[in-house]
Amino acid sequence: MDKMPGWADAVLVPLITLILAAILSALVIIGIGEDPVAAFKLMVDGALMRSSGWGYTLYYATNFIFTGLAVAVAFHARLFNIGGEGQAMIGGLGVALACLYIPWPNWYVALVGATVSAAIFGALWALIPAYLQAKRGSHIVITTIMFNFIAAALLNYVLVNILRPQGAMDPATARFPEATKLPTFQDMFSTAETAMFRGAPANVTFFLAIAMCLVVWLLIWRTKLGYEIRAFGQSESAAKYAGISPVKITVVAMLISGGLAGMMALNTTMGEAERLVMNATEGAGFIGIAVALMGRSHPLGVLLAALLFGFLYQGGAELALWTNIPRELIVVIQALVILFTGALDNMVRMPLEKLFLASRRKA
Amino acid sequence: MDFATLLQVLDSTVRLATPLLLACLAGLFSERAGIFDIGLEGKMLAAAFFSAAIAAITGDVWMGLGAGILASLALSVLHGLASITFRGNQLISGVAINFLAAGLTVLIAQDWFSQGGRTPSLIGAGRFEAITLPGVEAMAGIPLIGPIYAELISGHSILVYVAFAMVPLTWWLLYRTRFGLRLRAVGEAPEAVDTAGISVVGLRYVAVGICGVLCGIAGAYLATALQAGFVKDMTAGRGFIALAALIFAKWRPWYALYACLLFGLLQAVALRYQNIDLGAFVVPVQFMDALPYILTVVILAGFVGKAIPPRAGGEPYVKER
Repeated sequence: MDKMPGWADAVLVPLITLILAAILSALVIIGIGEDPVAAFKLMVDGALMRSSGWGYTLYYATNFIFTGLAVAVAFHARLFNIGGEGQAMIGGLGVALACLYIPWPNWYVALVGATVSAAIFGALWALIPAYLQAKRGSHIVITTIMFNFIAAALLNYVLVNILRPQGAMDPATARFPEATKLPTFQDMFSTAETAMFRGAPANVTFFLAIAMCLVVWLLIWRTKLGYEIRAFGQSESAAKYAGISPVKITVVAMLISGGLAGMMALNTTMGEAERLVMNATEGAGFIGIAVALMGRSHPLGVLLAALLFGFLYQGGAELALWTNIPRELIVVIQALVILFTGALDNMVRMPLEKLFLASRRKA
Repeated sequence: MDFATLLQVLDSTVRLATPLLLACLAGLFSERAGIFDIGLEGKMLAAAFFSAAIAAITGDVWMGLGAGILASLALSVLHGLASITFRGNQLISGVAINFLAAGLTVLIAQDWFSQGGRTPSLIGAGRFEAITLPGVEAMAGIPLIGPIYAELISGHSILVYVAFAMVPLTWWLLYRTRFGLRLRAVGEAPEAVDTAGISVVGLRYVAVGICGVLCGIAGAYLATALQAGFVKDMTAGRGFIALAALIFAKWRPWYALYACLLFGLLQAVALRYQNIDLGAFVVPVQFMDALPYILTVVILAGFVGKAIPPRAGGEPYVKER
């Protein structure tokens, strides 16, 4: 018998952890002498009350959907892919190479090509840690951390020494050709009378991210491969007994995970900057961890958590603009979410389970 | 390369290896007791900030050191709570601690000093000054040994000597005391330790606590000795390089010293020379930056001697009933 009904596990636990994180964040804001209610109002105003605010919120959310899905797929196979950041960096390289060196006729063909390229580059960056975990038993968490640093050094080298246009000072590629420019929300939703999402970076990749949520859901719960991934994650020995190859599942799950993380670069590189810059990922790979934990590794949960973090990111930028609260507040909130949903999960869960058991005994 | 340059590079190797060594030994205590710790970075960062902040406010670097150790210990207790008491995922807890430190240090620095997330520069007694060992004058005349003694061995801050002294101390503690035997046992077979009537939880908390103290010293060294004040994200991945060194050393104290010196040397060389021209080809500085991580992956892959972590590492201990 389950200790808790399913809805409590799926809704109540994340909700309580969220409230705990919110209370602690409020205490932090009070601690630095600001008003948490006013701060929250400012965040809502900046992120949700204007269409341009939504444009930023959804732009950030797009990043977090990709990286959140990446971490979630790996979680299903009980692999902790901490390397989303590095995979997204290398995915960005894939996007840049595809955009710069292939003459695309128009943006949607370019998007398909760049997506494939980004996913392949990201997946390949996850391949070595995956192979080493599967074949040599090297701990994937450590190897993916190392690969984040190696990716940063590699990207730095490529941008400074190879892809930087002659005479340019900053380590970045040339601007992508006009044909690869993705339509932004402003292009798509503005009418002749009213401009919507003015100046906001949200673009068509948001819909790609939504589509990937659906694809991941289908993959995990409606395909043989997804079943094998979940079975492997639940019990490696049982999966082995059922004829599922641990090596294959580890490698395939990590390739999918890396590919999803790599696709994040479409949004920042092709959608927003229109060139590859050094710090294109902006830590989104790590926020994917918080998003996947909070969304309980379910695509719908990931989508909702990504929207929440998109809101926090945009709201945090507003706070930094108008108050004395630096953007790092969001890093603190992110840490609290990871702490409560991931590491201190049992602190919330144990009392709840007791509560449910007690109430059941009475009935 | 002439002798003076070589001495300078080695001198800066010692300086740069010190925080790595302290953090590496910190991780060694924790991981030998079966608690994975990827939060070394965060603990160092928190200690760096609080040591610099308190040293700046009080003007006393020793108060700063104390504050740094306390801050690092607080995060250690959090890690212990998550991974020992509530049997949570140790890796996720470490990730959370890294972010918590990265965010809170800047947030508090901005609130206290309003200098864009940094502390004021430390001066005078707010810093650990270099100490000159006795006999530098007397040995100055001796060729080779005189300059080596003056440049390389003398003239560091007290924390450098503390860090190097920690290596034999750690070795002695781990391999020559009852506590060390139990600590190693709890990382390999906690059920055996439990059967012997020794508290697994207690031992692991002590190990995590030692880890906190050492990370605290490492962070304080960064902000009050190596540099004069705290700047945002000043640990710059040193916690992870220390972690890499720990794996490189296969969780053994003396090898930890060698690994940290090697990685310190790589940092010192990368700092001094941008791109290294070997004649046939040029080694880019980015490669030097990435080398510790690449070496660690190679070691982890087991192509050059396999690195096997403590057997019970990462697993919360649940008493059998």
